[in-house]
Amino acid sequence: MRRENEVGPVSGRKTPGTAREWEPGRFLKEFPLHRVLDDDGGVLAGEDEVTLPDAALLRLYRWMVLNRALDERMVTLQRQGRIGFYIGSIGEEATVFGTAAAMEENDWIFPCYREHGAALLRGMPLVTFMCDLLGNAGDAMKGRQMPCHEAWRPGRYASISSPIATEIPHAVGAAWAARLKGEEMVSLTYFGEGATSAHDFHTGLNFAAVRKIPVVFVCRNNGWAISVPREKQTASETIAQKAIGYGMRGERVDGNDLLAVHGATRRARARAAAGEGPTLVECVTYRIEGHSTSDDPRAYRPAELVEPWKKKDPILRVRRYLVRRKVLDEPADARLRDEVREEIQRALAAAEAFPPKPPIETIIEDVYAEPLRQQREQLEDLVSAMAADPRVANPRHSDA
Amino acid sequence: MPVMNIIQAVNDALRLEMRRDPDVVVLGEDVGKFGGVFRATQGLQEEFGADRVIDTPLAEGGIIGTAVGMALYGLKAVPEIQFADFIYPAFDQIVNEVAKYRYRSGGQYECPLVIRTPYGGGIKGGHYHSQSPEAFFIHTAGLKVVVPSNPYDAKGLLISAIRDRDPVLFFEPKRVYRAAKGEVPEGEYDVPLGKARITREGRQVTLVAWGAMWHEADQAAREAEAEGIDCEVIDLRSLQPLDLDTLVASVKKTGRAVMVHEAARTCGFGAELVALVQERCFLHLEAPIARVTGLDTPFPYTLEMEYLPRAPRILKALRETVAF
Repeated sequence: MRRENEVGPVSGRKTPGTAREWEPGRFLKEFPLHRVLDDDGGVLAGEDEVTLPDAALLRLYRWMVLNRALDERMVTLQRQGRIGFYIGSIGEEATVFGTAAAMEENDWIFPCYREHGAALLRGMPLVTFMCDLLGNAGDAMKGRQMPCHEAWRPGRYASISSPIATEIPHAVGAAWAARLKGEEMVSLTYFGEGATSAHDFHTGLNFAAVRKIPVVFVCRNNGWAISVPREKQTASETIAQKAIGYGMRGERVDGNDLLAVHGATRRARARAAAGEGPTLVECVTYRIEGHSTSDDPRAYRPAELVEPWKKKDPILRVRRYLVRRKVLDEPADARLRDEVREEIQRALAAAEAFPPKPPIETIIEDVYAEPLRQQREQLEDLVSAMAADPRVANPRHSDA
Repeated sequence: MPVMNIIQAVNDALRLEMRRDPDVVVLGEDVGKFGGVFRATQGLQEEFGADRVIDTPLAEGGIIGTAVGMALYGLKAVPEIQFADFIYPAFDQIVNEVAKYRYRSGGQYECPLVIRTPYGGGIKGGHYHSQSPEAFFIHTAGLKVVVPSNPYDAKGLLISAIRDRDPVLFFEPKRVYRAAKGEVPEGEYDVPLGKARITREGRQVTLVAWGAMWHEADQAAREAEAEGIDCEVIDLRSLQPLDLDTLVASVKKTGRAVMVHEAARTCGFGAELVALVQERCFLHLEAPIARVTGLDTPFPYTLEMEYLPRAPRILKALRETVAF
């Protein structure tokens, strides 16, 4: 181990660094984009890199298909005015399921806000997720968060906030706590490439690397932070190379390749659990759709940029692999797609059957362990105002 | 009973709680071997090891962000922010994460931690070693805010804060860190959060202060007595939750009130206290409620004694309020 301010090998050059070291493309070579599957579902890498047996892969394929159908259905629902907002992961499913499925059951997940698939994988019922979108009486968050800010404690899936990168140090703290308690737990945390500009990314990675905290940092680099493209976010050639500065490992994988993502996460998790410290895994993918239902990318992004990525569809790739392996055929795939559509429809009907709002008393709950006196007084005031004039609870008080 | 200063009392509380509960950990800048720049964590690493008394990298946002993760996982983290003036890089973590975690998860998660930080001026620290930012945090629902003025309360309140299920901001009055000495019982005891203390009974005017300014208020009340002004002095101790009953009962008795704090006046906690008292004591008031506070400026270096609401300025306000 290097000691403080130890003088290492000394360079006699007048200016540090050489032309070769700053050669453009250096880090693209140092962090090559790792792939296991080609676009047609053929295996590029060694068979030992196929880290998922057929049955497990088929299950993940089903999850990805469900997640895609869910995202499409929920966007429609938002357009119909039945939910207020939605943020999906169309085209990025492999980055979510490949990573989450590579973790152990006791591991915690600290999501950004595009990884609801991981919550579902961890057992959050679809109907509960939809109640969150509706913010209704069945919502586990009691109608307090806008859609797609779910939390699921039974699945060790943490709570989501909208500010960027804040979950990264939380993942570090939880894994640190587990180590202090002598429990094997590796944190998985997600963020986009935009988050790598934020201070919590820096502090989180730095704290974890200094203390070798068992964390897998997954950057889902989808190329866009709302309207700002990746090249305006960082001058680094890759996100993965940022690991070097923190003294941790970095890996760069094809984020549309479920097996590449899964393998990289498994390797990172194994190193973390073995005390070898954290890893930054960059999953290179693309945000096919807008940032959210509140966004229209036509205002800032030419359509031709998106077209090539549609051909790299992560679901299509897994399907082709499964068909090649004769684990799946056309009729079975059609049945599977019908099933997930029905599952979503059933869950939606069950979610919409809940009363549209949680009881008014919940408005002061969970802020403190016990409501404060002034909160109880404020609730009393509010309830009497509602009783005096029902328009208090109506968004447009002029036409109650 | 041993006599301690506030630093020793804080240290004693941390030591007892770390002995009682293996889940209590301390983290921050220089808190380990060095024992903190004010020595509040002195000797803790020696007794509890470097795993539980953690020297962190220099990043307040990272200290609090990491403590959040520890709290979610079931530890009781007691992070130290070296000076309250440096808390702002962690402001987002405190306001958006710590304060809202239970609420936003529908009660699925809890995030109990105690953020200790020395605050306040009068130590020749200029505006980056003198601030009193308590109002920001009182304004944020989900946080509790505690400010002891003496060693007895410092120990008892810190023990209560560590055992509380809610996140607590624990502001330590560094101007009187060593100057305020007093008897402190050995062993565990708690001073409940949300209970003010009447430190001097009187009938003519209620004087409200906390932390380092309680000492100035107490001095002013003594000088006022010599002039025939009969002051009741309240040390709030806990600003959120607030002991409104004690405050209101006192003002109903005296009919007059003076609020004292170091922080800038506009939107300072004194403004909230004035509003609360007038809502409940309107027909009892004999004079406008006065505020003696810092100015609406950054905290000055050379003119700090003029800036601080010390006893002579408080005395002037007491005279004017009584004579109204």
